[in-house]
Amino acid sequence: MSTDSSSLWNKIKSWPLLLPVVALILVMALNILHDVAVGANPLSFFTITLNQTTSGGTILYGRIIDILNRGSEVAILALGMTLVVSSSAGTDISVGSVMSLSASFCCMLLAGFGVTSTNELRVPLIVGVLAAFAMGTLCGCFNGTLVAYFGIQPMVATLILFSAARAIGLLVCNNMIVYIRNATFGAFGAFTGPLPTPIIIAAICIAIVAVVLRKTSLGMYIQSVGINSKASRIAGLNSKRIIFLTYVICGFFAGVAGLVNSSRITSADSNNIGLYYEMDAILAVALGGNSLGGGKFNLAGSIIGAYTIQAITTTLYALGVSTDQAPVYKAIIVVIIVAIQAPPVRAFFRKRANAKAFGKEAAKA
Amino acid sequence: MKKAKNINSNTLLLLITVVLFIALYAGGCIVYSAKGFTHLQTFLNILITNSGLICVACGLTVVMLTAGIDISVGSLVAMDCMMLAVGMRNGIGAIPMCLLVLITGVVFGLVQGSLIGYLNIQPFIVTMAGMFFGRGMTAVICTEQVSITQEINATFYKWANAKITLPFGGYTNNKGKYMAPFVRVEVLIALLVLIIIFLMLRYTRFGRALYAIGGSEQSAAMMGLNVKATKMKAYMLSSVLTSIGGICYCLNTMAGSVQQATGLEMDAISSAVIGGTLLTGGVGNVLGSFIGVLINGTISSIVKTNGKLASSWPNILTAALLFVFIVIQSLFAAMRARKNR
Amino acid sequence: MEDNVVLTARGISMTFPGVKALENVDFTLRKGEIHALMGENGAGKSTLIKCLTGINDFEAGEIHIEGVDEPVKNHSTRDAQNVGISTVYQEVNLCPNLSVAENLFIGREPLTKLKTVDRKSYNVKSQKIMDDLGISVDVTQNLENYSLAIQQMVAIARAVDMECKVLILDEPTSSLDDEEVEKLFKLMRMLKEKGVGIIFVTHFLEQVYAVCDRITVLRNGALVGEYPIADLPRVKLVAAMMGKDLDDLAAIKGETKDLSHEPLEISAKGLAHIGTVKPFDLEIHKGEVIGIGGLLGSGRSELARSIYGADRANTGSLKVKDKDVQIHQPIDAMNLGMGMLPDDRKAEGIIEDLTVRENIILALQAKTGMFKKLSRQKQNEIADRYIDLLSIKTPSPDTLVKQLSGGNQQKVILARWLATSPDFLILDEPTRGIDIGTKTEIQKLIVELAGQGKSIMFISSEIMEMVRTCNRMVIMRDREKVGEIGGDITEQKIMHAIAGGEGE
Repeated sequence: MSTDSSSLWNKIKSWPLLLPVVALILVMALNILHDVAVGANPLSFFTITLNQTTSGGTILYGRIIDILNRGSEVAILALGMTLVVSSSAGTDISVGSVMSLSASFCCMLLAGFGVTSTNELRVPLIVGVLAAFAMGTLCGCFNGTLVAYFGIQPMVATLILFSAARAIGLLVCNNMIVYIRNATFGAFGAFTGPLPTPIIIAAICIAIVAVVLRKTSLGMYIQSVGINSKASRIAGLNSKRIIFLTYVICGFFAGVAGLVNSSRITSADSNNIGLYYEMDAILAVALGGNSLGGGKFNLAGSIIGAYTIQAITTTLYALGVSTDQAPVYKAIIVVIIVAIQAPPVRAFFRKRANAKAFGKEAAKA
Repeated sequence: MKKAKNINSNTLLLLITVVLFIALYAGGCIVYSAKGFTHLQTFLNILITNSGLICVACGLTVVMLTAGIDISVGSLVAMDCMMLAVGMRNGIGAIPMCLLVLITGVVFGLVQGSLIGYLNIQPFIVTMAGMFFGRGMTAVICTEQVSITQEINATFYKWANAKITLPFGGYTNNKGKYMAPFVRVEVLIALLVLIIIFLMLRYTRFGRALYAIGGSEQSAAMMGLNVKATKMKAYMLSSVLTSIGGICYCLNTMAGSVQQATGLEMDAISSAVIGGTLLTGGVGNVLGSFIGVLINGTISSIVKTNGKLASSWPNILTAALLFVFIVIQSLFAAMRARKNR
Repeated sequence: MEDNVVLTARGISMTFPGVKALENVDFTLRKGEIHALMGENGAGKSTLIKCLTGINDFEAGEIHIEGVDEPVKNHSTRDAQNVGISTVYQEVNLCPNLSVAENLFIGREPLTKLKTVDRKSYNVKSQKIMDDLGISVDVTQNLENYSLAIQQMVAIARAVDMECKVLILDEPTSSLDDEEVEKLFKLMRMLKEKGVGIIFVTHFLEQVYAVCDRITVLRNGALVGEYPIADLPRVKLVAAMMGKDLDDLAAIKGETKDLSHEPLEISAKGLAHIGTVKPFDLEIHKGEVIGIGGLLGSGRSELARSIYGADRANTGSLKVKDKDVQIHQPIDAMNLGMGMLPDDRKAEGIIEDLTVRENIILALQAKTGMFKKLSRQKQNEIADRYIDLLSIKTPSPDTLVKQLSGGNQQKVILARWLATSPDFLILDEPTRGIDIGTKTEIQKLIVELAGQGKSIMFISSEIMEMVRTCNRMVIMRDREKVGEIGGDITEQKIMHAIAGGEGE
C-alpha cells in the first residue's frame, strides 16, 4: 500500500517540470492570498473578460492574458537560449542587444534612414520583417562562429555583441527613436481578433521549435553534444556545427522578439528595446529546471519558466512594487532556486534523507 | 635546447595593448590638436571621468584571475551612489556614509563569495542575481534622482570640487590665462587602489593563490591551497573595490539615480580583457586593466572631441577592439596547445 | 620493521560497489630503491596508490612508514605529504601560469618582515634546488614555457623539497620522448642515491628494466609477487601480468582460415598521428578479425584511432575498399562503413543522460542525417532488436543508460555500431570490466560478424581472447608497429613479440 504512494511521490520528485510548475503555483497562490487580503474576488487572477475597445473591437482582458502577452518576448528568447545552454554549457548574453538591433534595422528600412516618424512604409512590410529575422540570424552566426570554431567562452564571445549590437542599432536609427505610426507594422504588437498578437507569435515560435525537435533529430544531437561532446564526435556528430547552429537559432529568435517588441511600441527605441531581456531569458531556462551546465534540456520547462517570470513581475506590480524595485525580489528568487540546485546543498539533503531512512529501518528492526 | 623562449605570449599581449593605447592617443593628438587634445588636461580628464571604472576594473581583474566573473559591479556602484546621496540628504555625515558603503560592499561580497566558493554555484548566475539585487535595491532606497549639493553635505561637496593642480604641463589659453593642469581626489583614490592591488597581486600569498587557482584549480587544491576561501575573498575584494569605485563615481557625478552606471560591468570586463586578462583565469594584471580603461576613455574622448560622431561609436569601437583581442587570445591559446602536444 | 625499509603495506583490502579492487595486498618499499609497480588495467595499481596517498580509504590492512610509530591512515593528499609520501602524476599537477620557483613554493612561500612574499629569497632557493638536482632551468620563467619533461621534474623537485621519504611516480613518462625520459631517469637515480624510496608505475617495459631495482606485480586486485629485477626477465614479467605461466601454456588453437585472397577492406600506408603512434602500414581483408596486441600505452588504441579519424592522421595515406580516402573526422569514417567502440566507455562511449534507445540509434541517426529522423516505431524496433540480440539487461529502452551496469553499457555501445551495419568495426577493449559470460558472448559475436563478411579490429588486454578469435595479429610496442603474426597464433608467440628485446 505504502509503496504505491511512495512510487507516486518518486514520480513527482523526478518529474522534470516540478520546479517550474511549483514556482508558478506559488506565484498564483500569492496572487490569491493578496486578493483575499484586500477583499477582492479571490479568483480575480484567473478571471478573463471580454472588453470593448474604443475602436469597437472585442478583446480578451485579464491578468492571465496580460502575463501571456507580456511574457511573449522572453518565451521566444527562452527557446533559443535553452538550446544554447544545452549545447555549449554557456549563455548568450547578447540576445537583448540583438533584439534592439533587429528592431532598429527593420524600422530603419521601413521608415527610411534618418526619418524619425512616418505613417507610410517605404518598403513592403515583409521586407522589414525578413530584415529583422536576417539581422538576428546574422548576429547568431557571429556568436556561433566565435563559440564553436574559435573555442571562446560563450559569455565572452557574446559580450561583444552585447555592447556593440545596441550601439549599432542606435547608429542605424541615426541616434533617434524611429516611430512608425502604421497599423500594419503595429499589428504584431496589437490584437488579432480578441487575442493579443504576441501570444499568437510566441505560440507559433513554440510550435515551430516543437515540430523541428519532433520531426528532426536536432534535439537529440544537441543534448548528446551537450552531455558528452567527445563521445558524440566518435558517434559521428559534428559537435562544432551543432553548437554553431544553436547560436544561429538563438539569434533568429532574438530577431523575432525584437520585431514583436518594437511593433508593440510602434517604434524602434534602440536604448530600451530588449534591455535586460537576456537576464530574464537565462533565468527562464534555469527556472525551467535546466542545468546551466548544459546537457539535457526541457523546452516546456523553459517556457513555463518564462511565463513564471512574467507572472512574478505582474504580481509584484499588483502588490504595488514599482518596476524599478522588482529586481530585488527576482534576485532573491534566483538565489534560492540555484542554491537548492547546488551540489553541496543537494548532497546535504540527501545525507539527511538517508539518515532518516536509516533511522526508520532501525526503528522497524 | 629546451630553454624557454623569452618572449612570453602574455607579456606580448600586454605590450600590444600599450602600443595600441599610445597609437590611439597619438592619433587623437595629431587629428585633434586644434581642439586641445594635446593638452595634458585631456589625459587627466580621462582619468577623472574613469576613476570609478579603474577601481571596479581592479576588482574585476582579481575575480577574473580566478577564472570567475562579477557582473554585479555596475548595479553595486548605482546602489552606492544612491546610498551616499540619500544618506547625506538625511543628514548623515560624509565619512560615516562612506564607511557604510564600504561595509555594504563587504557584506555584498561575502554573500556572493560564499555562494560561489562554498556552494559551488556558477559565478555568472550568482553575480547576475547580485546585479538584479543591487539595481532593485537602488530603487527601493529611492526612485528619483537625488543630487548632492553644497547644502546637503558641504564636506562631500568640498571633496568633489577639490582641484589638485600639477606643477607642470599647463598651457596658456586664448585669453592669455595660464591653465594649470589638475586632477581630483577620486583620481588619487583610484591610483592608490591600483598600486595597492598591483602590489597585493604580486607580493602576497593571497595574490599568488589567486593566480594559482586561475591556472589550475585542481592543482592549486592539490598543492594545499584553500581554494574555497580564496575564491570567497576574491569576490569580497571585488565588491569592496567596487564600493570604493562607487564613492569615486559619486564624487564625479554628485548624484544617485536608478539608471546610473548601467553597463559599467561590461566596460570593466572589456577593459580587463583588452588589458590582457584572460577570462579563463590565471593570466592578467591590473596595470593591463588600467590601460584597458584608458583605451576605453581615449576612444570616448576622441569621439567627444570630434563632436560629430554619434555617441554610440565608443561602444562599437570598444566592442571591435574586444573582438580583435579575443581572437588574438584564442590564436595564442591554439598555438600554445599545439606546442605542448 | 627492517632497517632500510621506508614503507610497508600489509593486507590492504578495498572494495568498490560490486568489485573487489584490492584483496590482501602486501607491498614493501626500501630506502633508495626504485620499485616498479606493474599490472594491466584493473589490476589495482592505481587503487593501491590511492590508498597510500589518502585518496581512497582502504578497508583492511595497515600501512607503516619509517619514523612513524603508529600505523598510518591518510585521509587526504595533505596528510600523506605530512608523513612524507608525495605523488607526481601523469598530468602535471602544477600551475602552468606561474614561474617555476612559485610552483615550488606556492602556499609555503618565505615571507619578509612585512608579511609579503619574499620573491628574491624563494627564487634563490629554487634555483639552488633545481641546480642541485641537475636541472638547468631559469626558475623565474613561467612553467608553461618548459617542456613536459621539465614540468614533470619540477613536480618531482617540489615533492622532494617537501621532505618526502616516498616518491610515487604515476606514469610520469607517458607523454615524454626518449631524450626526456633519459633526463627523468637521471633525476630518479640521483634521488635514489639520496635514499628516497621511489614507486614507479609505467606501462613501458623497457623503462622498468632501465631504472628499476625491484618489481611488484598485481593482477585482478591481488598480489602476484615481488621480484628483484634480475629474477624476472621480460617474458616472465608479461606472463605474470597477463596471468599465464609461460611454461604451462598449452596452445589452444582453432583452425585459421587464410583470408589473404579476399579483397582488401582497409589499407594504410605510413599512417601516423604525431605523439601517439609512429607511421605504420596495415592491410585488412574482408571477413578478417585482426587483433592488435601490445601493452596499454603501446599505441594499440592510437593505431585504431588514427584509422577511424578519432585522432586525425598527420601523415600517410589510407585506402578503403581500394579507394583513396581522406578521413577528417569520425563521420567520414562512418560514411565509409566504419565503426569504433572506444576503450574509454565513460569518456568517449556512452552519452550518460540519454536513454538506452537513444544511445543505440545515435550513430545510425548521425549517419542518416538530422532531417531524416528515424520514426519512433523504427527506433523502438532497432532498440528492441539489439536489446534482444545482445541480451542487454535494462528495465526498458527508455531507461537512462547511466543506470545500467558497465557490461550492459558496453553492449549498448556495441549495439549502436551494429545498428549502422558497418563493414569494418574497431572494438577497443570491448570486454573490459565485464563478466565472463558476456565476454564469451562478445567473442562469439566477433567470429559471427566476421563470418558475415565484416572485417573486425579487436584490441584486448587479454591475450587469450585474441588468440581465440583473431586470424592475424599486429604487435605494438612503444607506439610502434613491430610485427605481425599470421597463421598459427599462439599465446607464446604473442608474448614474446610483445616483450621484445631479450627472450627471442
